[in-house]
Amino acid sequence: MTELTDLTLAGARDALRAGETTAAELTEAHLTAIEGAGALNAFVHHTPEIAREQAKAADARLQAGDAPAMCGIPIGVKDLFCTKGVASQAGSRILEGFRPEYESTITTQLFDAGAVMLGKLNMDEFAMGSSNETSTYGNAVNPWKAGNSDAALTPGGSSGGSAAAVAARLCLAALGTDTGGSIRQPAAFTGITGIKPTYGRCSRWGVVAFASSLDQAGPMTRTVRDSAIMLQAMSGHDPKDSTSADLAVPDFEAMLTGDVKGQVIGIPREYRMDGMPEEIEALWQDGIAMLKDAGAEIRDISLPHTKYALPAYYVIAPAEASSNLARYDGVRFGHRAALSQGDGITEMYEKTRAEGFGDEVQRRVMVGTYVLSAGFYDAYYNRARKVRTLIKKDFEDVFADGIDAILTPATPSSAFELGAMTDADPIQMYLNDVFTVTVNLAGLPGVAVPTGQDRRGLPLGLQLIGKPWQEGELLNVAHCLEDRAGFVARPAKWW
Amino acid sequence: MLDTQMPTPTPRVIAGEKHDWELVIGMEVHAQVASKAKLFSGASTRFGAEPNANVAFFDAGMPGMLPVINEYCVAQAVRTGLGLKAEIHLKSAFDRKNYFYPDLPQGYQISQLYEPIVGEGEVLVEMGDGTARVVRIERIHLEQDAGKSIHDMDPSMSFVDLNRTGVALMEIVSRPDIRGPEEAAAYVTKLRQIMRYLGTCDGNMQNGNLRADVNVSVCRPGQYEKYQETQDFSHLGTRCEIKNMNSLRFIQAAIDYEARRQIALIERGETVVQETRLYDADKGETRSMRSKEEAHDYRYFPDPDLLPLEIEQGWVDDIAASLPELPDAKKARFVGDFGLSDYDASVLTADTDAARFFEAVAEVSGNGKASANWVINNLFGKLKEDEKDIEESPMTPAQLGGILRLIEAGDISGKIAKELFEIVYAEGGDPAEVVEARGMKQVTDTGAIETAVDEIIAANPAQVEKARENPKLAGWFVGQVMKATGGKANPKAVNEIVAAKLGL
Repeated sequence: MTELTDLTLAGARDALRAGETTAAELTEAHLTAIEGAGALNAFVHHTPEIAREQAKAADARLQAGDAPAMCGIPIGVKDLFCTKGVASQAGSRILEGFRPEYESTITTQLFDAGAVMLGKLNMDEFAMGSSNETSTYGNAVNPWKAGNSDAALTPGGSSGGSAAAVAARLCLAALGTDTGGSIRQPAAFTGITGIKPTYGRCSRWGVVAFASSLDQAGPMTRTVRDSAIMLQAMSGHDPKDSTSADLAVPDFEAMLTGDVKGQVIGIPREYRMDGMPEEIEALWQDGIAMLKDAGAEIRDISLPHTKYALPAYYVIAPAEASSNLARYDGVRFGHRAALSQGDGITEMYEKTRAEGFGDEVQRRVMVGTYVLSAGFYDAYYNRARKVRTLIKKDFEDVFADGIDAILTPATPSSAFELGAMTDADPIQMYLNDVFTVTVNLAGLPGVAVPTGQDRRGLPLGLQLIGKPWQEGELLNVAHCLEDRAGFVARPAKWW
Repeated sequence: MLDTQMPTPTPRVIAGEKHDWELVIGMEVHAQVASKAKLFSGASTRFGAEPNANVAFFDAGMPGMLPVINEYCVAQAVRTGLGLKAEIHLKSAFDRKNYFYPDLPQGYQISQLYEPIVGEGEVLVEMGDGTARVVRIERIHLEQDAGKSIHDMDPSMSFVDLNRTGVALMEIVSRPDIRGPEEAAAYVTKLRQIMRYLGTCDGNMQNGNLRADVNVSVCRPGQYEKYQETQDFSHLGTRCEIKNMNSLRFIQAAIDYEARRQIALIERGETVVQETRLYDADKGETRSMRSKEEAHDYRYFPDPDLLPLEIEQGWVDDIAASLPELPDAKKARFVGDFGLSDYDASVLTADTDAARFFEAVAEVSGNGKASANWVINNLFGKLKEDEKDIEESPMTPAQLGGILRLIEAGDISGKIAKELFEIVYAEGGDPAEVVEARGMKQVTDTGAIETAVDEIIAANPAQVEKARENPKLAGWFVGQVMKATGGKANPKAVNEIVAAKLGL
């Protein structure tokens, strides 16, 4: 038998059900792996007591033959999720000391399905960032290294801790969230699979909000099948979230036939960006060839408003964030600045928020406040909403024309060095989201699958975009691509 | 349009040093929705609870918490809209109004700026002197109330009570159709009356369940008519908004003060600055809260946590079908069916409890007018003395109706009826039985009356002479007969017999 930490989620599930291992053993193996992986800075709050307790309960259920798919599966949870009694800081100093008295709907569903929580995972502050460097805990580190270089690489962001932990075998799967690419970009940077479901598929209740109309949680795993299994457990209608869809959840795993014959795959010409590295172009062509070989029909398509997506995203997301983050005021929870004699409520707000929020969060709060202010609202926010409608229509049009899924690169590059962007224009960092934001703006499901490596051996991923509520169909195409690509590389352990 | 035969009231005119000025007033009335739970959370709305007892995680703005609309509050807003003959919008949407304050935990208030649930309607505001004004309603929207900051409990700290945070409010916005302080008070009174009829707001101003922001401007006579023709606000003066008043008396005093302040400014050659002002009830003046330049930029935008609110016409129709009879219709019916005066009908329809009591009395007595007189003049007076509401009345409609029936049947006189009323009010019992048991029954036996009249005539020959010369003095004999029969003789019969016997 392979090392317990090398199992896939599906493999572990089968082994548990077959009695070949126990949830307790599986949990201990991962707790040990986490202990030795401090250098990755992926886990920022450790919950071994909860994990052991949950593992014990899972073993009892397994014994009793009542074992849902996630029963006994050790997972990591992005710090953005509110977990009862456990620090939930959204990677921010302003939520220092905050331990919610409630459990998010998604973690509740996963725990009900028997999942075991190992701890909370690092992330960019309030999910704002593409490199994990805006985290109050310091960045997580990518377990991959470029060739012989010892330089520390970013695991991507904002779900960087989740990606690093799954890639480094610290957990079998992790929860991520994706507002503009925060699951898919780090998945691609670390050679794992991550899906952002259709907006409304997974409840947002108890997930710290960044941009409410774009935020969606999703699984990050080492295989497409694992994502299907975990997504199944996370999905479903939640009456506590008014934007949650009251739709039946299909059996995603059962839909993974790998058969894509007759499927029409669109290749959007607007995603062929100027200055895109050759390696990305080659990866894309390889992906096209694989799906073609598998019997899919490849069709060139146009999504004409793509070039306006990034600017629109960087108006809408900060606008919503500026309002969502107003509640962090030092009054009721989290960090409150020490005040001087004579300071009033305004000083308390200003000092607390200046100390509690990092630079990137402050930048976006200011941008968001600006674009919503009187006199600028129509020029920025309303215009961005119109662009959003057009982008959504671009997708609706191609789907109406018979396209089943769309294949694009997941990221414009492989993982870059930590610190490389420190002095760059923030826009350079925002460009990481260029292939992924359209999906959030349109509310569609999108999945990143590792399909190759660059010449320095770093993983590269492709993105598949599906129709609303067709995560099952989408994951099936991803499964085919995964199968054909045969991506088996894994980071060499250096930590 | 409301069909009113009544003439419109004369606008209030204030004489300045140089000219006459008229007032133009528009109001935003904030009415707390009568509902058990808050607008977006399940927390209780009960008044007077321990501080911070009625607070859901959502109300406290905890991270990751989301709003879920309370369907009952939506129904109440629709019900109110229908009561104001307003357009109901089947699709509306919620927006966030962003500002920082400790009693606003989310840092924004969820409101409806762009797409309110209720559109244009109107209210007939009667002034009690036979005049009435139709005030147009621009819109009604649903929004969250804020909490309460308490600054006077500790020298160095402020406290926050979130019990009221998130309670549903209806903001009822009028057009600038109100033309004086009395009209403003009458308008609020009428809205309150309609909402109490509908059961959508208890109208308790003392608890802050009904509050008003008042926009006041002044203009020269004639300008308002130009505005009415064109709906162009440039014909009107610059307005100031007086915030958050919860007393009819303060509303009137504030409007009067503010109008005079503006007139003085303009006549001195200065300009009125558009701003938000507060009324200081102790000093009886308004003062600037913030100017237009300092005004908050609320950065309204659609709340992404809530989908647009879509309701079905059938649902609205069901609510419409369940509406009670409203004050205007009830009053018209009281005038038409019972022959009541306009004034009596107004008094009896002021609230539904009084109207219900009156109708029950009228049903028992079979005499609407007499029922109205007795309810208004006798019962209300008595209840007022005892500081009781109509629903606490010790006398039932059946009892009062019974007394009136005894008068109608000629069994008791009006004077005895008053005594009977006091007895039944204080001690209870069936009026007919009380009359019987206490021998209060009126004597209508003409034989008995004739005997009494004969006796008195015989005993007072001098008076008889005088009366024959001056028939007005016959009343003395009537009085003597009533006295002799202990007030139980039928006065009509006594009058006739006295006149006949004296040969008048």
